[in-house]
Amino acid sequence: MLGIVRRRIARGGVNASIVEQSLQKIRNQSLIYASRSYSSASKEMTVRDALNSALDEEMSADPKVFVMGEEVGEYQGAYKITKGLLDKYGPERVVDTPITEAGFAGIGVGAAYHGLRPVVEFMTFNFSMQAIDHIINSAAKSNYMSAGQISVPIVFRGPNGAAAGVGAQHSQCYAAWFGACPGLKVLAPYSSEDARGLLKAAIRDPDPVVFLENELLYGESFPVSAEVLDSSFCLPIGKAKIEREGKDVTITAFSKMVGYALKAAEILAKEGISAEVINLRSIRPLDRSTINASVRKTNRLVTVEEGFPQHGVGAEICASVVEESFEYLDAPVERIAGADVPMPYAANLERMAVPQIEDIVRAAKRACYRSVPLAATA
Amino acid sequence: MALTHRSSNLLKPLSAAVLRRTFSTDTITVETSVPFTSHNCSPPPRTVETTPAEMMSFFRDMATMRRMEIAADSLYKAKLIRGFCHLYDGQEAVAIGMEAAITSKDCIITAYRDHCLFLARGGTLVETFAELMGRKDGCSKGKGGSMHFYKKESGFYGGHGIVGAQVPLGCGLAFAQKYSKEEHVTFAMYGDGAANQGQLFEALNMAALWDLPAILVCENNHYGMGTAEWRAAKSYAYYKRGDYVPGLKVDGMDAFAVKQACKFAKEHALKNGPIILEMDTYRYHGHSMSDPGSTYRKRDEVTGVRQERDPLERIRKLILSHDLATEKELKDTEKEIRKEVDEAIAKAKESPMPDPSELFDNVYVKGFGVEVFGADRKEVKSVLP
Repeated sequence: MLGIVRRRIARGGVNASIVEQSLQKIRNQSLIYASRSYSSASKEMTVRDALNSALDEEMSADPKVFVMGEEVGEYQGAYKITKGLLDKYGPERVVDTPITEAGFAGIGVGAAYHGLRPVVEFMTFNFSMQAIDHIINSAAKSNYMSAGQISVPIVFRGPNGAAAGVGAQHSQCYAAWFGACPGLKVLAPYSSEDARGLLKAAIRDPDPVVFLENELLYGESFPVSAEVLDSSFCLPIGKAKIEREGKDVTITAFSKMVGYALKAAEILAKEGISAEVINLRSIRPLDRSTINASVRKTNRLVTVEEGFPQHGVGAEICASVVEESFEYLDAPVERIAGADVPMPYAANLERMAVPQIEDIVRAAKRACYRSVPLAATA
Repeated sequence: MALTHRSSNLLKPLSAAVLRRTFSTDTITVETSVPFTSHNCSPPPRTVETTPAEMMSFFRDMATMRRMEIAADSLYKAKLIRGFCHLYDGQEAVAIGMEAAITSKDCIITAYRDHCLFLARGGTLVETFAELMGRKDGCSKGKGGSMHFYKKESGFYGGHGIVGAQVPLGCGLAFAQKYSKEEHVTFAMYGDGAANQGQLFEALNMAALWDLPAILVCENNHYGMGTAEWRAAKSYAYYKRGDYVPGLKVDGMDAFAVKQACKFAKEHALKNGPIILEMDTYRYHGHSMSDPGSTYRKRDEVTGVRQERDPLERIRKLILSHDLATEKELKDTEKEIRKEVDEAIAKAKESPMPDPSELFDNVYVKGFGVEVFGADRKEVKSVLP
């Protein structure tokens, strides 16, 4: 019991924080975009419901799919993502585990070796570090080491990155670490469409997938078309989505930061800067061609992520663009990332430790006003 | 091909061509060296049923394993095998006895001391030597090495380098067997060194909670690398450390004791969930080829075990005492095995190293045409199909 109390994160913080307000604005913006980006978007769905429905449909379609993790069954899911699944599929397919990540991640991988399709939930990805040996050494590398004999069709999913006020040990973003490993696929949905399409793709995929959700997005609603709601809906792995087209600067982001980037793009538009926002969707494989094509069009790049900056996702994107599209860059690549500190608790410091919309706006402006490469001015 | 065929027929009765005699399938009763010691269960009887054919196949198979490991030692010293090489000679009875008690639908998973288990599960000598030497015809196409042998179709799941990781994985195999309503079990093997790993207890707890058909087999060779069991474990009665999980202590140098214990464990696991088997065994080599094995144990101890408890010698004495073969015939068999092993090595040496294009194979099952890069990404890149 204590473990659950310790780890249960209060939804949304004490008051409606600035983060919450920004998210509210972004959601309103998404609705405006809905009429442009989505045809006949009449229905809205929360990310939570999107994930739940995806799990439900995939479990219904394939009896080998099962869910395992802490509180996924009787508790209906620590964040209610697995709500109703126990009643529908029974305790053999919705398995409540003790608080032993190394053990149950290993059991999940072993079940995948034998041909089942486990969906292992980490209550947050901070706890995946207890099981990281199984994710990397037992899952990611097995198909290669066995020259194709032992494939591992497993999904590791759960909330990733900062929540609100949960402190240093509960706020880390793991996209960069997992994204570095060959043999893994790493996905990061933003909208409900992303959540449904990418989770279905992950469950159907024959390789190990790390599925990085975001706790603060669970309650957010997004419009979903009839196509998205269909049970066969699936998004391709390894393809980014251009959420907003633009011509002056490219902004890449994933997960919650996509919302921030879209909001920043709105602000920039009022100042005459047309920003193209790319929702990465897939950290590994990274959609280098979409990113590079965009930079070749806009000539300027701002990468946005919540995680630590050093060796981060933005660093990889910057390297990729420098390698492949150097002549197209009119300004150095700008990186917006979490601060180089363990996440503080005090609300004002926490605000400083995570990217804010004004940070993205400022970086985009810097990229745009720097029209001559530094070397030429020396 | 006849050679490989013979090598892979490790578990079938010897063909007439080999010893110019067929062996009967009449029952012989033997007694295990010592009675079983049990924890939270009633031990099986000491009397084990076997047949002349089985006894001869035990001899042949263990002699092949012994010869294979000694040959691997020479290949390592000749620098044809690189990296890590953990040899199993001395422990053969565990692999042989276990295999005799189960089917290929039962699963076995172990750590890195896996060459002989691979052979017992149907692997061939050529596949073994080729993999050890990093050649294309190896069981993992040269991509795995000594610690990563697999044979999924006969229920052998490797071959794992991280101490202890294979135990939760093995419980996962058992989970899948139960989920799919198979009437089969998984043997998850580990050493006395791994016995202290936390994840083992995490997995055991879940296996017991969910009544998984998992059998945890501690191959206690009394040394975790260079550390004797009494220096690593407060309690080294490993068969008792499951607490609420029953356990059995077995003479791991007696193939018939191992067979009896595994048969007992399989019946138990299918009805009552997990059980621990502690195999009291011994390795003649050091932990790996980098370890002489003499800095932490006395030479007298090693030779003592060889004289008193060697599994191969035990079977030889049994065969001779039951008049199943003469000493000369057994020696001839060993000579033949030596020749087989030498021929397998020669064949493995002919196998080429994997093609450079195979560097990027099997990273994923499904690559979606994603790009991958070599050390110099402008020089070497590929697309994953």
